[in-house]
Amino acid sequence: MNPFSSGTRLRDMIRAIRACKTAAEERAVVRKECAAIRAAINENDQDYRHRNLAKLMFIHMLGYPTHFGQMECLKLIASPGFPEKRIGYLGLMLLLDERQEVLMLVTNSVKQDLNHTNQYIVGLALCALGNICSAEMARDLAPEVERLLQFRDPNIRKKAALCSIRIIKKVPDLAENFINPVAALLKEKHHGVLITGIQLCTDLCKVSPEALEYFRKKCTDGLVRTLRDLVNSPYAPEYDIAGITDPFLHIRLLKLLRVLGQGDADASDAMNDILAQVATKTESNKNAGNAILYECVETIMSIEDNGGLRVLAINILGRFLSNRDNNIRYVALNMLMRAITVDAQAVQRHRATILECVKDSDASIRKRALELVYLLVNESNVKPLTKELVDYLEVSDQDFKGDLTAKICSIIEKFSPEKIWYIDQMLKVLTEAGNFVKDEVWHALVVVISNASDLHGYTVRALFRALQTTAEQESLVRVAVWCIGEYGDLLVNNAGMLNVEDPITVTESDAVDVVESAIKRHASDLTTKSMALIALLKLSSRFPSCSGRIKDIVVQHKGSLVLELQQRSLEFNSIIEKHQNIRSALVERMPVLDEASFGGRRASSLPNTVSTSNGTAVKLPNGVAKSSAAPLVDLLDLSDDVPAPSSSGGDFLQDLLGVDLAPATQSGTSQAPKAGTDVLLDLLSIGSNPAQDNSVSTPDILSSAQDHKPAIASLDVLAAPSNMMDLLDGFAPAPPKPANNGPAYPSIVAFESSSLRLTFNFSKQPGNPQTTTISGTFTNLSSNVFTDFVFQAAVPKFLQLHLDPASGNSLPASGNGTITQSLKVTNSQHGKKPLVMRLRIAYKVDGKDVLEEGQINNFPRDL
Amino acid sequence: MHYTVCKELNSVILSVSSQINFVCLISRQGKVRLTKWYSTYSQKERSKAIRELSGVILSRGPKLCNFVDWKGHKVVYKRYASLYFCICIDEEDNELEALEVIHHFVEILDRYFGSVCELDLIFNFHKAYYILDELLIAGELQESSKRTIAKLISAQDNLVEVAKEEASSLSNIIAQATK
Repeated sequence: MNPFSSGTRLRDMIRAIRACKTAAEERAVVRKECAAIRAAINENDQDYRHRNLAKLMFIHMLGYPTHFGQMECLKLIASPGFPEKRIGYLGLMLLLDERQEVLMLVTNSVKQDLNHTNQYIVGLALCALGNICSAEMARDLAPEVERLLQFRDPNIRKKAALCSIRIIKKVPDLAENFINPVAALLKEKHHGVLITGIQLCTDLCKVSPEALEYFRKKCTDGLVRTLRDLVNSPYAPEYDIAGITDPFLHIRLLKLLRVLGQGDADASDAMNDILAQVATKTESNKNAGNAILYECVETIMSIEDNGGLRVLAINILGRFLSNRDNNIRYVALNMLMRAITVDAQAVQRHRATILECVKDSDASIRKRALELVYLLVNESNVKPLTKELVDYLEVSDQDFKGDLTAKICSIIEKFSPEKIWYIDQMLKVLTEAGNFVKDEVWHALVVVISNASDLHGYTVRALFRALQTTAEQESLVRVAVWCIGEYGDLLVNNAGMLNVEDPITVTESDAVDVVESAIKRHASDLTTKSMALIALLKLSSRFPSCSGRIKDIVVQHKGSLVLELQQRSLEFNSIIEKHQNIRSALVERMPVLDEASFGGRRASSLPNTVSTSNGTAVKLPNGVAKSSAAPLVDLLDLSDDVPAPSSSGGDFLQDLLGVDLAPATQSGTSQAPKAGTDVLLDLLSIGSNPAQDNSVSTPDILSSAQDHKPAIASLDVLAAPSNMMDLLDGFAPAPPKPANNGPAYPSIVAFESSSLRLTFNFSKQPGNPQTTTISGTFTNLSSNVFTDFVFQAAVPKFLQLHLDPASGNSLPASGNGTITQSLKVTNSQHGKKPLVMRLRIAYKVDGKDVLEEGQINNFPRDL
Repeated sequence: MHYTVCKELNSVILSVSSQINFVCLISRQGKVRLTKWYSTYSQKERSKAIRELSGVILSRGPKLCNFVDWKGHKVVYKRYASLYFCICIDEEDNELEALEVIHHFVEILDRYFGSVCELDLIFNFHKAYYILDELLIAGELQESSKRTIAKLISAQDNLVEVAKEEASSLSNIIAQATK
């Protein structure tokens, strides 16, 4: 009968569950308990309610469903006693989250408890609110919490401060209400209140520029004084950790000072002395001290420049980097990554140590170090760094090879000084880790090879050699097979021999052997086999003596279970047998693949972080040029490792393959991997063509791409064997262009500031409701000419965005002319979610940079 | 440079993050002993997170660093006897401080239970949660003084005791009256 004397039953249940030998036994015990609890709930049993909830929490922790207990939490919270409320609030926080509607029912009880006379009950309510409140609750209860910031007991004040953080994160509009009460908290002596007050202050500064301005003016000096007192305070046993008084308070003060000092010379100046003191005086033999130093370094790096302090900070990082403790080395790498934008030279000095960290036994450190090395690479050190990384690729762990390969490929593509080096390095990577190489990387390699006519012989021989030793790297096989198909004659006659290579003797039948083994290898996938089949067709014409043998190999695939291979082998067989007269014309060498259009398209869909070094970049038109497009894509890309789906990359492949001429090539394109993901590719910097040459021609190439397609498609048999159908049957007529009169949408003013207006007109292609073509028109409302006008847009993940080049990059004053730019948005959640877009517009007025940003929420609903 | 820009934008678009996203205690056998979620995760995401993390963390050697990258966040963990204490923080947070927070928590538990062991936390899991709630709210540190936390907890425990006694004396009176 007594509700408080039944504690043993919880213990009994836990014991029973722990005694279970198998998962099935455990499930049975839990099922029995849950049944009993449900029964108790149905009977509205009051005596055991709190014990039942405790049991449910334990069951919940084991991962079983416990939703039926949610209402019990509310009942316990509504009951008058402290013990019931305590367990009720705990259950509320554990069993519910902010998205459950049940939570709304508790708002009233929480409100009453926030006004309770018992401060511990107020504390419980604040804690629950701080941990799980939703935006609606935040709005409803913010006045209560605000009032509690001045409560007499400091323990309530600190809870209210943290609760306020949750509230302003949920509803940033409420921030201004908290500015004044917080300023008072910053003057307190109680460490708990001070820590939480500083934290709230930091968060306020993040959501509200006014708050930042206010605290910067009113509180910087006071905070510097607080930090100084803390640093110089005598031994305080209550707060002491490893000889330092309250490292947590240290760190929060440093963090807030960082926010206040960033971008403000005066505030930065005011904190210089104390930062220098912290950086030099803090003991670094314990974790607590290092945590403070780490925070201090970050603050020094972020606030306005003071040469002396930065030297101090870099020295601390150098010391960290050579520390034996892995944790310290990890944070050093982390910090150096941020420091690189501030002082690249200083970071470069540690290159050798960082490179060693790439080979560390700890995966966390390796990953950080690799990212850092990637940022360190430049034109002058690319060769030795790449060599180190490629050498390491040989011995690295399997699960690290993916990351490492992607980074190496990216470095090679971005910085390669000459084509032969690029090809050499790529071949090494393909040989070591071809299975980890992304499709677009080897596609790019093929494009480069195709463009390097003086290296065709060299490359095909090198690939042949590589294949002799390594035959299990898929992408190496593909590139090799493609090259042998194209340049098989150069392989056999040793044409175009370079000084650096040793002559090899390869007979025609050796070359066919290689391709045959590729097609017969079990591990080869459909793409590889298709490519090998095409290579064989090409070789049948290049090596007439092997024609008979090739025909036999082709015929063997007539019975292939894969439709694609079966059909191609039938077709190729008929070419070899019956169409001798057109065969040589059909299998001529591919025309040089258009590097510039490949690069341009890639650049518009891929991030590119080095292009800032290119001084001419700003003159390039929007959307096409690599550098103007690069920041945009950074906006879209979460990080290098998260591929952003890109339609434009896919377009490239489709264009290259001429798919749009052949409506029935689904199988071909579905294998053709979607290009344009996460590797930074900058083909423009590979060849001898400097970027500015391309910049002039790129738009032309793009606009005339339509004209190129038939030529390319007629001969292109790179990766879509299905095109062969067209080769045999003659060109299929292009599908009739659908009439361009999709549903009409009203145009909107997407963005308007005092100086600039952007209007959007929408259109859709019938039959493709997901994709919207937006035509944006920019009008200059000011009386100054805007130059170097760049428009960028970012969309959430469920949207895909493609920007076409803008009509110009200078915008005449007072509306005397416009810039137009069209965007294509594909909404993968069409009908469910509306379009939303962030935009950022940069331009120059009288040589001064102006940046405007905004968010567009007023798209017509069903786009 | 671009990298930071993109992060800022994404954080606005995708989520508003807190300093500590979640805390969990995992035993060496991979059993969950405590979880506290400060950012919003669905039930499915929660169990997936715990599963993935215990896979990664339990398999790490003893000499390696205490940090693992996890889905754009960092998980700072430390092993005490048979228990792994894990805290998931944001990319730009201070990992070394997170280690101190863990240690702070462990010391408070130790003081409360008197040389705490895994069994204490299993049978008194709710007490461990009460202590955590005095240490962290909204994923932020609340109190740096171990003594203050101990005082607050014992004051609340006393309230419960008092209520228990009242109730038992009440039921005794009722029992005697109805005899």
